[in-house]
Amino acid sequence: MKGEASALKAYGLHVAVIGLLFALSFVLPPYHHGLVARIMVLATFAMGYNLLFGYVGLLSLGHAMFFAAGLYGAGLSVYHLGWSVPLAFAGGIGCGAVLALVIGLLALRTSGVAFMIVTMMFAQVFYLTILYFARWTGGDQGLVVPQGSRVMYLGGASFDLTNPAVRYRVALALFAIVLAVVLVLVRSGFGRVLVAIRENEERTKMLGFDTFANKLAAVIVSGTICAAAGAAYALLFGYVGSSFASVQYSILPLLWVLLGGAATALGPLVGTLAMYYVTDIASSYTSAWLLIVGVMLIVGVLFFPKGVLGTIRQRWLRWLP
Amino acid sequence: MAFGPHLLLASLEGLVTAAVLALTALGLSLVFGVMRIVNVAHGEFFMLGAVLAWAITTAITGHPALGFLAALVIAPLLVGAVALVAERVVLRRLNYNPEATIVATIGLLYIIQQLALTFYGPEARPVEPPFNYRILLPWFGYSGYKLSVVAASALLLVATWLVLTRTKIGMVMRATQYDRETAQAFGIPVERVYAGVFALGAMLAAVAAVLIVPISQAHYLMGQDPLLLSFIVVIIGGLGSLRGTVVAALIIGLSDGIISVFFSPTLAKIIATFLVAMVLVFRPQGLFGTTAR
Amino acid sequence: MTDSKGYFDLSKNRLSRRTALKGLAAGASLAAAPGFVRYAQAQSSAPIKIGFQSHRTGIGAAYGRWYEKTTAAAVKAINAAGGINGRPVEVVIEDDGTDPGRGAEVVAKFANQHKTDIVFGTLFSHVVIGSAPAAGENKIPYFVVSEGHHVASTKLNRYVFQPGITDVKSQIQAMAPWIASNAGKKVCQIFPDFAFGYDHRDYLPPALKAQGGEVIAQIAIPPTESSFTKYLPQIPAETEVIYHVMVGPAVLTFVKELGEFYGSNRPQLFGFIDSLEAVDINSPGLEFLDGSHFWEGSPRYAQADDSEAQKAYRAAVGIDDNGAAVGDPKDVSTAAHMFGCWETLYVVKKAMEDAGYKGPEDRAKLVEATEALTEFAEGPEHPQGKKIFNGKIHQCFGIQNISKVEGGKLKVVHKTSIEDGLYEPEGDYTTQAL
Repeated sequence: MKGEASALKAYGLHVAVIGLLFALSFVLPPYHHGLVARIMVLATFAMGYNLLFGYVGLLSLGHAMFFAAGLYGAGLSVYHLGWSVPLAFAGGIGCGAVLALVIGLLALRTSGVAFMIVTMMFAQVFYLTILYFARWTGGDQGLVVPQGSRVMYLGGASFDLTNPAVRYRVALALFAIVLAVVLVLVRSGFGRVLVAIRENEERTKMLGFDTFANKLAAVIVSGTICAAAGAAYALLFGYVGSSFASVQYSILPLLWVLLGGAATALGPLVGTLAMYYVTDIASSYTSAWLLIVGVMLIVGVLFFPKGVLGTIRQRWLRWLP
Repeated sequence: MAFGPHLLLASLEGLVTAAVLALTALGLSLVFGVMRIVNVAHGEFFMLGAVLAWAITTAITGHPALGFLAALVIAPLLVGAVALVAERVVLRRLNYNPEATIVATIGLLYIIQQLALTFYGPEARPVEPPFNYRILLPWFGYSGYKLSVVAASALLLVATWLVLTRTKIGMVMRATQYDRETAQAFGIPVERVYAGVFALGAMLAAVAAVLIVPISQAHYLMGQDPLLLSFIVVIIGGLGSLRGTVVAALIIGLSDGIISVFFSPTLAKIIATFLVAMVLVFRPQGLFGTTAR
Repeated sequence: MTDSKGYFDLSKNRLSRRTALKGLAAGASLAAAPGFVRYAQAQSSAPIKIGFQSHRTGIGAAYGRWYEKTTAAAVKAINAAGGINGRPVEVVIEDDGTDPGRGAEVVAKFANQHKTDIVFGTLFSHVVIGSAPAAGENKIPYFVVSEGHHVASTKLNRYVFQPGITDVKSQIQAMAPWIASNAGKKVCQIFPDFAFGYDHRDYLPPALKAQGGEVIAQIAIPPTESSFTKYLPQIPAETEVIYHVMVGPAVLTFVKELGEFYGSNRPQLFGFIDSLEAVDINSPGLEFLDGSHFWEGSPRYAQADDSEAQKAYRAAVGIDDNGAAVGDPKDVSTAAHMFGCWETLYVVKKAMEDAGYKGPEDRAKLVEATEALTEFAEGPEHPQGKKIFNGKIHQCFGIQNISKVEGGKLKVVHKTSIEDGLYEPEGDYTTQAL
């Protein structure tokens, strides 16, 4: 069947991408090795964002709070409570999931632009709260997660997360797991309901689906994925700071997703990679790198209005998930 | 200081914030309401207005009022021209696709910010107010210029309201906002309306910036806060409602000032932001909006 | 700016390959002199690369520019005198956008891509703290010029140093005796509600108490605020001194509104010049500051008793008697802090020479050599004044200036002693593994 063939192609492509990222870890020069590790973590953040924005069509301007919930949840439990790495990682994810539940219950009473503004304001409240409790959070300066506590003991083995090779593989594992989860989710019945909600919420409701419950589930999964990325960021890179909770970090995943292609599985990775490398290369040639990034965004959107992968899917590869 | 005067002072300050916010938000509301696009670069038009005001007042010697009046006319026109070009060259080609315009206006934001940094510089620069008059109240002194900002803003809001409700241009705009297809069918040049609205929205932000710049200096990163606050005001007020925008600006401006009397400032901001968010949660269409279509 | 590949290319302090070569030539001729033989023989002529983490964009941009100018001047002077260990110094700049996340990436880029010998020059505290883990993991010495208390708090790691500028805790402590005996005993503090303000919030009250003074109110103002009048009524009526440390673009507003609020009948004012770095003290609205006092790390205005070293430093950096760029009186420098770039580079030079530094494989030796330093004498290399250095907490301590605004200029009225600013170390980096 045609559907099965395209599913096979799709899964094959994603396995190939993971394999390529793994192979890259052996050949990349050290700086790019480190940069790609960071990009994979942030692309995971973008995938979490994409689940809500791309598939359900809910534009949030507050996802920095979920990333930051994971970041602080993990970072502060290591810093103040001396938790082990796996426990702190789970703690960070838990913080994000609970926060997503609460925010979802409140914010989903709204839709469209009101949803956008409400999420932005809740994120602002979260950001200011971090500043307000500066004695524990380090406020705007942030805190360094001590190097010695960033070692993970699993079974009998120990993994030093400050070691670049270990860090790269942990980041890749996180990215691969979340990619698989997202792929399975969007191809499941749940995923189809989400897309149906995006296309026509009223009709979906009439068909007997509880759209609120489905949207709430989507917010929780999305927030949890973003928190996982945040928790990984704190443990892998050793710094928590309020700038990761600022509105800038709510806009960035939106930008990465739109650039790479909303509602495409690999769009977040493509968008994050593109933004990072354009910034990195442009800033080594001119101090006016913001100008280059700005022009690139505009030129990009003029020729790829649906993002890179979105446009490719529309024009050439219909089977792209 | 006694409680009464303190509250009076906080209210005066809130009023100034509200006046400038109302103008900026009105610009965003027009673009948002008529064109149905999210203009992330709106705050940068605000910043551009302030930076140009500095450039113009610096270039014109003589009494500070002279330069300021010139800035009040020229800066918004220049900003409007920039917006017009951006609309023609970029937004129209995107067919006003809501998602693509977000990326495009973020790009515009970066470009304007970088140009300001390169040509204007990273410093905060002051603009002299057109007049310096210190109103001496029994308890404290207050800037006369600040009160004149409130008056000027009120005048501009009334003028905008008259244009929107009493003129043909306003009617055409409202018709386009209400139903784009029908407006087109009735021969309204929708594309030209869009271009005009986008320029007008930017000009309102620029005017607000020129008014505020003698109070708070011009700086190339000054656009972010007005952008976020304007978004909030527009949605709280209800899309496309001028009255709602003004009322919401007053609520946001005054609550920010007055809550700070009772709580530590950061806590005050947390409470104010949370309360406003909760208003929206329980009244998603805003205070004066009709349910979103 | 036609800045190719991030090397310096500033119109006045041009440091290109050509000047680096000139420096090399100078180094070669010096090497012919008897005393230099020991260095010159052992070294290759490849330049020593210094990675400069600069705030070119973002909120720190006004500082970044002057830090770059001062650094260019110091490097030029060092190269003209034969470089470090007979090798010319080359600076590679990367913009961190004044963002801690990008800051960490930039440090990694220096270590792994540019392969610089050290990283240098960061000012904003959150960028320092965000970048510190990357410096520790890449084992690259990281010399900051931030004045934050983060390095001395020993919460960072063994690779982070601040040898060119006194930290803020020490500065605050050194101000207390003068404030209590000259300005007034009842102090109201106004500070930004973020970390920079918290140092002042936490360290001034005990220091002032020890001098018989008292902090009677503390007003924290959120960093996003652009207008301040509504906070001014919280200043108690019996306040004798307002101690203000506002930073950021809104500071002019703050002073102006203070003026509108009080008129001519105001308490004493004492502030940290951080508020007005890169701002002309004669800007409209700042008349209100006339007669008030400021902390200055290094004086902005040329003083009558300036040392020859101070004069030479000012000429080399290119600032006039008013602390503005030579030829552009409107381009006011960040004089109170940027001297730290100059002095830090000379500390790096000294430490590299002590360590017999040859290349990245000697980074650990460089760390130990820096920790072994104890004192920097006043002179061309340390024009701001004498300093002592505590190798355990990686922090230096110097004299501080208190200046009075008089006739549109800042005149130094008091110099503190180094002892005024000393405190008990909070930890010891030297026990950490390298």
